[in-house]
Amino acid sequence: MFAFLIRRTAYGLITVLGVLALLFVLFFLYAKPIDIARRAVGEKAPPEVLEKWIENHGYDRPVLEQLKDHYRRMLTFDFGRSDLDDSSIKERIRRGVVPSLTLTLPLFFMGLFVSIGLSLFVAYFRETYIDRAGVALCVFGMSVSILIYIIGGQFVIGKMLRWFPISGFDPTPALIARFMALPVIIGILSTFGSDVRFYRTVFVEESNRDYVRTARAKGCGDGRIMARHVLPNAMIPILTRVVVAIPFLFTGSLLLEAFFGIPGLGSMTVDAINGNDFSTLRAMVFIGSLLFIGGQILTDVSYTLVDPRVRLG
Amino acid sequence: MEPHTISNIVVASLIAAGGWAWTRAARSDLWRNAARELRQRRPVALAVIAIFVAVGLLDAVAWIGGGEGAENTLAQSKPRSLVDRLFPIGFKEASYSAPLAQAEFYGGKPLKFPARHLLGTDILGRDVLHLSLKGVRIALLIGGLTSLIVIPLALFLGISAGYFGGRTDDVVFFVMSTLASIPSLLLLIALIMALGRGPVQVCVAMGVTSWVGFCRIVRGEAFKLRELDYVQAARALGVPEFRIILSHILPNLMHLVVITFVLLFSGLVLSEAILAWLGIGIDGSWGQMVDQARDELARDPVVWWNLMAASSALFGLILAVNLVGDAIRDILDPRTLRENL
Repeated sequence: MFAFLIRRTAYGLITVLGVLALLFVLFFLYAKPIDIARRAVGEKAPPEVLEKWIENHGYDRPVLEQLKDHYRRMLTFDFGRSDLDDSSIKERIRRGVVPSLTLTLPLFFMGLFVSIGLSLFVAYFRETYIDRAGVALCVFGMSVSILIYIIGGQFVIGKMLRWFPISGFDPTPALIARFMALPVIIGILSTFGSDVRFYRTVFVEESNRDYVRTARAKGCGDGRIMARHVLPNAMIPILTRVVVAIPFLFTGSLLLEAFFGIPGLGSMTVDAINGNDFSTLRAMVFIGSLLFIGGQILTDVSYTLVDPRVRLG
Repeated sequence: MEPHTISNIVVASLIAAGGWAWTRAARSDLWRNAARELRQRRPVALAVIAIFVAVGLLDAVAWIGGGEGAENTLAQSKPRSLVDRLFPIGFKEASYSAPLAQAEFYGGKPLKFPARHLLGTDILGRDVLHLSLKGVRIALLIGGLTSLIVIPLALFLGISAGYFGGRTDDVVFFVMSTLASIPSLLLLIALIMALGRGPVQVCVAMGVTSWVGFCRIVRGEAFKLRELDYVQAARALGVPEFRIILSHILPNLMHLVVITFVLLFSGLVLSEAILAWLGIGIDGSWGQMVDQARDELARDPVVWWNLMAASSALFGLILAVNLVGDAIRDILDPRTLRENL
């Protein structure tokens, strides 16, 4: 187990170096500094101002030096200053994590609860009309763009029914639930189709195994079979899908945060895209991939917890 | 060459390639049976896709001229596609008008074409039905061009890695795990910001971010096929490697190509909608229409027909493709792809 962790982490580190190389090509070699400067300062800025900006942000140094600097700073988590307004990127990330988590944590847990519950329900009635209707509903749900879920949800729930505020954020505990309700509902709606369908496939496949027949032959009830026999055995494919998503709770949701005015990391990324802020974007992509690699190691470890047959060595 | 001439040539070659693939596939029992079963299982979805494809192709055939007698000479000098020719020249109002309305939505001035705009007009007075029909070609371009990038790339790298193994495999695997570890939406955005904005750039960026999944499947399959008896026999007989790949490995991957193409398609069109919202999508796509219409629901009285038209078109195409994709997967491959795509 320990040897596995070391080996896995070492490979993860090599992957991180590869990611950094790709980011360097994209953000330093492909995009010309003069273009970045022009976008940041303004199209009609005089050449001296552009020169000064490039110098201040270090885009004029030799490529090799920039490459070394890029690696050194990313690996020490020194993200520098934003291209757009010169604020500290690290500071902004620190401020953005909490609002992101207030959205993604409830979304994650409630979404998991809803989709696993629904898929167990549908799988319990497999090969009946309930099952077929459920699958059809999932395919319908998967075919709607998330933009339409958000725009439609804001319109129907927020504007017509007036159940919850259309958008906004207030960190005081009394109000936070009111502001988070709508994005959480819409977030769950937009992903339940593919989730429920995936989990259902897993559950149905498990239900056709021999041990299920044995349990039934011994007089075990259908509900008990689902909860005590099928669910634990279906954990491996479920974990693969779920654990990888955990690290991304920290980076928030791009669309939901931007539409609902939540000042988290997602809206920060959207602002960076709209403002051509390359340094912030680079930092966010790097953090995203670090979290992904961490999530994969976490997934491998979690296998040993749910399946005693898996030994990592 | 003029853009519309290139477009016409592309349409002709697409039809030719489609016909060739069709006659090739019709010779094999596997594909004939699969096609028959698909027609029985999903007749409506197939018909819907056929209509979309037809509209997309008709919109890509364009030439200059025609429409004599209209007063708008500027529009006459531009190439117009077959879809454009369904509408009169200068089919435009000043601003919003509701479906089949006689007068403008705000202000109530009489329209130039009263009760002719089936789905109303947008803020610039353009006919919404016309815009939605033109969006079909963009959606097919997003899915089609990107797949044309993804599938050959994934096949080439996947077969090299799986068939030859060793160093090649290490390199391909490293590239795959590096790309896979960058969150795909962020990588897509970074790529488009670096490559610039435009239809081809967007398709290339989407190709780069979506080949890994298919490549992993191809690699696994090639690895398995390499060990089969008939491949071993061919190798023992001294058949060159590239001929083994062409005649023994590739045909056995074709069903995966078909399934992947269909399943990839809907995902690509949906992600373009997100890009359009970020302002880096393709001009004229449904995603862009949805994005432009997003504030119209806040107006009073509500302007709903823009959003409705674009989102129904998007939903209709994606739903049909998803239904057909599921059926194709069940028919051609009950197992391999279930967990991977």
